Amino acid sequence: MADLSFVRTDMLPDQPAPLGETGVLRWLRTNLFSSIPNTIITIAAIYAVYFTLSHFLPWAIQPSWTKTSMRDCFDSVEVTGACWGVVTERFNQLMFGFYPPDQQWRIMLTVVLMLAAIAPVLFDKIPRKALVFSAIYPFLAFWLIWGDSVWAPAMVMAGFVIAYYIIKFLNPVAGAIVGITTAVLVAVIWWLYAVVPVSIFINNIIPIELDIVKSREIGGFALSIIIGVSGIALSFPLGVILALGRQSDMFIVKVLCVGFIEFIRGVPLIALLFVASTLLSFFLPKGTSFDLLLRVVILVTLFAAAYLAEVIRGGLAALPTGQYEAADALGLDYWKSMQLIIMPQALKISIPGIVSNFIGLFKDTTLVSIIGLLDPVGLTLAIRGDVDWAGILWELYLFIALMFWIFTFSMSRYSMYLERKLKTSH
Amino acid sequence: MSQANKKVVMEVSDEVAIQITDMNKWYGDFHVLKDINITVNRGERIVVCGPSGSGKSTLIRCINRLEVHQKGSIIVDGTELTSDLKNIDKIRSEVGMCFQHFNLFPHLTILENCTLAPIWVRKTPKKEAEEIAMHFLEKVKIPEQALKYPGQLSGGQQQRVAIARSLCMKPRIMLFDEPTSALDPEMIAEVLDTMVELAEEGMTMIVVTHEMGFARKVANRVIFMDQGQIVEQNEPGEFFDNPKSERTQLFLSQILGH
Repeated sequence: MADLSFVRTDMLPDQPAPLGETGVLRWLRTNLFSSIPNTIITIAAIYAVYFTLSHFLPWAIQPSWTKTSMRDCFDSVEVTGACWGVVTERFNQLMFGFYPPDQQWRIMLTVVLMLAAIAPVLFDKIPRKALVFSAIYPFLAFWLIWGDSVWAPAMVMAGFVIAYYIIKFLNPVAGAIVGITTAVLVAVIWWLYAVVPVSIFINNIIPIELDIVKSREIGGFALSIIIGVSGIALSFPLGVILALGRQSDMFIVKVLCVGFIEFIRGVPLIALLFVASTLLSFFLPKGTSFDLLLRVVILVTLFAAAYLAEVIRGGLAALPTGQYEAADALGLDYWKSMQLIIMPQALKISIPGIVSNFIGLFKDTTLVSIIGLLDPVGLTLAIRGDVDWAGILWELYLFIALMFWIFTFSMSRYSMYLERKLKTSH
Repeated sequence: MSQANKKVVMEVSDEVAIQITDMNKWYGDFHVLKDINITVNRGERIVVCGPSGSGKSTLIRCINRLEVHQKGSIIVDGTELTSDLKNIDKIRSEVGMCFQHFNLFPHLTILENCTLAPIWVRKTPKKEAEEIAMHFLEKVKIPEQALKYPGQLSGGQQQRVAIARSLCMKPRIMLFDEPTSALDPEMIAEVLDTMVELAEEGMTMIVVTHEMGFARKVANRVIFMDQGQIVEQNEPGEFFDNPKSERTQLFLSQILGH
């Protein structure tokens, strides 16, 4: 039998790894040239990238940013490819549509304030008090964009404040049902009968007004952002409620939610947009003029909410029943257990789905060009119809694509950040 | 186990904590619980055992209405369980429950798991709730884990947190649904130790478990169930040494026989 005993007397020193086992070389070898087929694919891919760029870059890099028409570009000796002048010359239009030029600061201010309002919602490091501004923002933005007296949106907001205080003081005394019902009733009465006279009255004493801008003057990316952001902000709570409703034990609630979701999902968005632009006015009482943009926002919201509800339902279904039982066993009522236990987890699971829905919604805003609203894609038709820019094609669409990509890519990055932040296991 | 075989002696008061009368439950057409009658006095430690599918888990889940019974009555602390949501939430906040799979809330820290219900159900101020939580986390011997998330703890630690979480609601009754069945053997002891301490303090407990050592030491009554019925109940000494029914004898020989 061989001798099995062994004792080490001196320890071995560290040695450098063999060449090609570390750093860039190793990475190249394992990822790009690990086998013959991989090497072939790598070389083919490099060639494809080279081929694309060698055609695209000479076309795209052109001293044409100051040209004022297609003819200008054709006549110029240096310009042999893209005519970027269209982006420079029509930049304002692509951003604001036909918004009055001397008022465009209002849109820019709205966007800057929007970032301030969204920040505390997106990042929990920002003090929670900043959420007060987020709550005021929608009314402020409405006033900044459409103008007129500041008191109208302020009084609409006052309705919410009134309802809040009624609930706060009546609920402990008379119970939740009485409190909430009274609050809703008072708020609705306030909005229907008091907002207009009160805001006119206050405006006579302290007039704070901006020039009125009509909805049809709003266009370009301003329009996409208005529809996209309001759609996202409104469809999210609605989607959560629909998802909960679909799981409800209450038969009527469940049937209503399922019916709504299945109906909306079964209809193309374009059909709904046509309903918004034409049919809806048949159903509304004669004489009520209901802003087209508002109608579009409502239908886009409903559309997105139906899809969102299904995504969130997936998150709810993924939770083990033990979570519901543990919440119940601690004595939490339905709404508290949803708010504190179930929804935070279900929403976390559904983040990728929710965000891709939001991205889809944002890009779908380009469909409003079909009903005559002048979003960036709608504007390209107008711009290409102009004698100066007849025949322009790629430059405009590339620019619009790039702008949309910036928005949607930031959303996607944010969702990845959020997923990392909410990860609580190892 | 640390305090091996030292029998826990505890007084049982005459006050009735739980009264179950002629209770029946069906899942669809399947009759899971048949004519259950149990009276639990305050301070009693009851161990419920029986083969799987015998309805023992269902029975204790009926006591805080995680399952709904169809016939008979369950009165907990003087309040009858009906479909009245107010009563249900009241009873649930008085009755603590620990589950086989712990069911901690993975998105909250250990401390937040423990303070959530006191803050939102009992309306305890946050600071006070945190003090209570730390007190009970010390009691289950894991105060140093308070700021971690459940996913970072071992199974035994998670189950002890689950016990602490229930205790933070200052329950008058504790229900345990197979608290050690999902644990590795070396972690069972730490959880059982915690439960023994709880029993020594006079907590009313109903425990569904197969830990017969625990039953012998802590329980003042063992209930054996089979096919949805109570087959035998007795004080643990008699129950283990001198089982009367054949089913009980068979069951005991199966789980103690190896």
